[in-house]
Amino acid sequence: MTALHHSLLPRVALPALALLIAFPPVMQAIDQPFYIVLATRILIFALAASSLNLLIGFGGMVSFGHAAFFGTGAYTVGILMVHGVDSAWIAWPAAVLASALAALLIGAISLHTRGVYFIMITLAFAQMIYYLFVSLKAYGGDDGLTLAGRSQVGFGVDLASDVVFYYVVLAIVALLLALLGRMVNARFGRALQAVRENETRAQAIGFPAYRYKLACFVLGGAVAGLAGVLIVNQNELASPNLLHWMQSGMLLIMVILGGVGFLYGGVLGALVLLLLEETLSEYTIHWQFGVGLILLAVVLFAPNGLLSLAQRRTPSARGASG
Amino acid sequence: MDLILLLEQTLNGLQFGLMLFLLAAGLTLVFGIMDMINLAHGSLYMVGAYLAATLIGYTGSFTLALLGALAGTALFGAALEVSLLRTLYQRDHLTQVLATFALILIINEGTRMIWGSQALLLNAPDALSGPVELLPGLTYPAYRLLIIGVGLAVAAALYLLVTHTRIGMLVRAGASNREMALTMGVNVKRLFTAVFAAGAALSALAGVLLGPLLAVQVGMGESILILAFVVIVIGGIGSVRGALVGALLVGFVDTLGRTLLPMSLRTVLPPQVASNLGPALASILIYVLMAAVLFWRPQGLFPARG
Amino acid sequence: MAEAVLALRGLTKRFGGLTATDGVTLDIAPGELHALIGPNGAGKTTLIHQISGALPPDEGSVAFGGREITRLAVHERVAAGLVRSFQVTNIFQRFSVLDNMALAVQAGSGSSMAFWRPVARETALFREAGELLARIGLADKAASAAAELAHGEQRQLEVGLALATRPKLLLLDEPLAGMGPEESERMVQLIAALARSCTILLVEHDMQAVFRLATRISVLVSGRIIASGAPDDVRRDTEVRRAYLGDEAPSALA
Repeated sequence: MTALHHSLLPRVALPALALLIAFPPVMQAIDQPFYIVLATRILIFALAASSLNLLIGFGGMVSFGHAAFFGTGAYTVGILMVHGVDSAWIAWPAAVLASALAALLIGAISLHTRGVYFIMITLAFAQMIYYLFVSLKAYGGDDGLTLAGRSQVGFGVDLASDVVFYYVVLAIVALLLALLGRMVNARFGRALQAVRENETRAQAIGFPAYRYKLACFVLGGAVAGLAGVLIVNQNELASPNLLHWMQSGMLLIMVILGGVGFLYGGVLGALVLLLLEETLSEYTIHWQFGVGLILLAVVLFAPNGLLSLAQRRTPSARGASG
Repeated sequence: MDLILLLEQTLNGLQFGLMLFLLAAGLTLVFGIMDMINLAHGSLYMVGAYLAATLIGYTGSFTLALLGALAGTALFGAALEVSLLRTLYQRDHLTQVLATFALILIINEGTRMIWGSQALLLNAPDALSGPVELLPGLTYPAYRLLIIGVGLAVAAALYLLVTHTRIGMLVRAGASNREMALTMGVNVKRLFTAVFAAGAALSALAGVLLGPLLAVQVGMGESILILAFVVIVIGGIGSVRGALVGALLVGFVDTLGRTLLPMSLRTVLPPQVASNLGPALASILIYVLMAAVLFWRPQGLFPARG
Repeated sequence: MAEAVLALRGLTKRFGGLTATDGVTLDIAPGELHALIGPNGAGKTTLIHQISGALPPDEGSVAFGGREITRLAVHERVAAGLVRSFQVTNIFQRFSVLDNMALAVQAGSGSSMAFWRPVARETALFREAGELLARIGLADKAASAAAELAHGEQRQLEVGLALATRPKLLLLDEPLAGMGPEESERMVQLIAALARSCTILLVEHDMQAVFRLATRISVLVSGRIIASGAPDDVRRDTEVRRAYLGDEAPSALA
């Protein structure tokens, strides 16, 4: 049975948050600052994957074009910076708005299809956006757009410091995950899950399915845009790869790996995939081979994602969920 | 508009479209009959090219290398199907995406481990390296004519196979109604393996033929895979005829678009803008086409499923 | 005379060469339990689809409470009080029975574009859901997954979901489908109880149930209404008897 209620799991989440807060000083103490950068990257992709999980796991919309919003957020920041706007207070909301708008347009059209056709049409639109940005030679073209520096926040907060940047990212990601958790348990989230579960039935009890799916699609796109803002700041580069369909595929893999429909599915998937990437590449340049094998193992033994394994071990009357 | 250029690009479009057809035919059948999304289909295309590039080093003969590559890839495909892919048929599409994506990583990296990261050289047979004069003023590379010839021959053979043989009937029945095909007492397992292996061979053929024109390197499969998906969506999932029409459409639109669009844009827009916008619009064109088909006729031009 | 709750005028629907609905004109008065019967293939479900909004008619109009609704979407009709249950059980299989009902109550009680307040705190919502479950006899199954219910219980839930949206007109599409005698009896009693507070349009094959429950009956044959009126009158109508020969057991109308 699927429970409609999704706990934020404070007993796990709060200690994890505490560990994450303590992380940078510990890393600095053992002189391993690189891991702060890695952790930041993982947090950003956790956010991006979670935004896709909102679409797939809660909205039932399998999108293969999510990179479009991730990249739009990144490029908006980059382009504004080229034109002299480097204030985070202007650029970041603008980027989120741009992604939300793109999601509104793409979603409004795509949501007239479903199933595999929806997957393909979202892919098509993402490709269009990819080629559009790549063609803008003024903004880097194939090579991408290098930023002059990270966004300016003011108030003594200097994002150029990796530690400061880490805490800003942590704050944003933690806040957004908390908001997502609230949302899926509110009326919107329940109506959305009803539409995902049985759209005909949901309409028949009076939920306007299209409206809820579109709202979900836009929200997911906006959050992906926010993740894009963060990644472009971390890398100080807006690369067309962010918009590539392989990027959409990567995000999809993260969600499926972590567990579709589990609140922390995107987080776990991003963590596992990026850590695998990081640790395996220490041993061999052919680390992708290892990742492939592990993914296959997941398919065979945990087909509903890693978090589904936790669910199997703690059955309850209403069914536990991540 | 230069007529010669137009004819030349039309032939290029035909050539590209026919190769896309080879790739799409296998993909659409696997998707239509076994209801499986196979992201690793492009990897079979790559394996074919790599095998041919290697075999030509040993045998010195393009033809032998081609045949060897076809056989090798078909075997490889059959092995994959029997060992792993078979277990995916019953699973949901997302699981198939995850598994076949994992396969891409494994096959790509495996290829790098065996052959290294450098692109391999695959040369067209010497006899075909020259141009042929088709019309006064229109010369066209002989090798590309070969590709067109092979593509047309295979298309015709597939058409005959699918419409005039028992196997073809089983395949079509399976594509339009899987449950019915099962109840007809078909040896489903063997049919599926055969379909998959055939699709692998077709992909390999495309890979080998295109090898001399495009680069033989890891990742070549992914860039053409997405076009193959566009083709089968436009043509209709499960329909070989749809794959042909869709592939030709995509081949022509893409090739002609890349030539004609920048040219026509240059007549109305300043050259800077035109040279930027042209290629972008050309690349976007087939996706606009696919989005339009998905919006107005989502089952495609020739839906196999009733 | 009170205004018709549902007024169909010249409703027509064609599928290629087949005319599934042929100029159907029908009035359903408030408080009626109106049964729609007819042989297999008469077009009953197609007609229900057009009334509920799932299928647009080619010609004709549908008016609900005096208001033209022919172009309204399904969820808009539901909001107006026109609700249907499905012939093939269509519930949220993986959710609990209580959640099924709670969702229906939620849909009928204001906007769901709310993103902050946890629904779990809306005690009134769950209380109403619980009361509805009790009313349809599924209170003890509240915590079970809907998929675990017996077929008859799932049909009850099906009706219950329609009820939760506070309908003015309830379209019941073969609620007794696939039920044994005990389950059928329970459903008949449930429908009878519902009829006290709601106008009902009932599509059914089970003649015993139809004649027990209906206050008026209309007969649909080949997409056309061939008879409509009090149960006894319909029972004796010669055209109706002819339509049923060879289709349903003639004894059903005896």
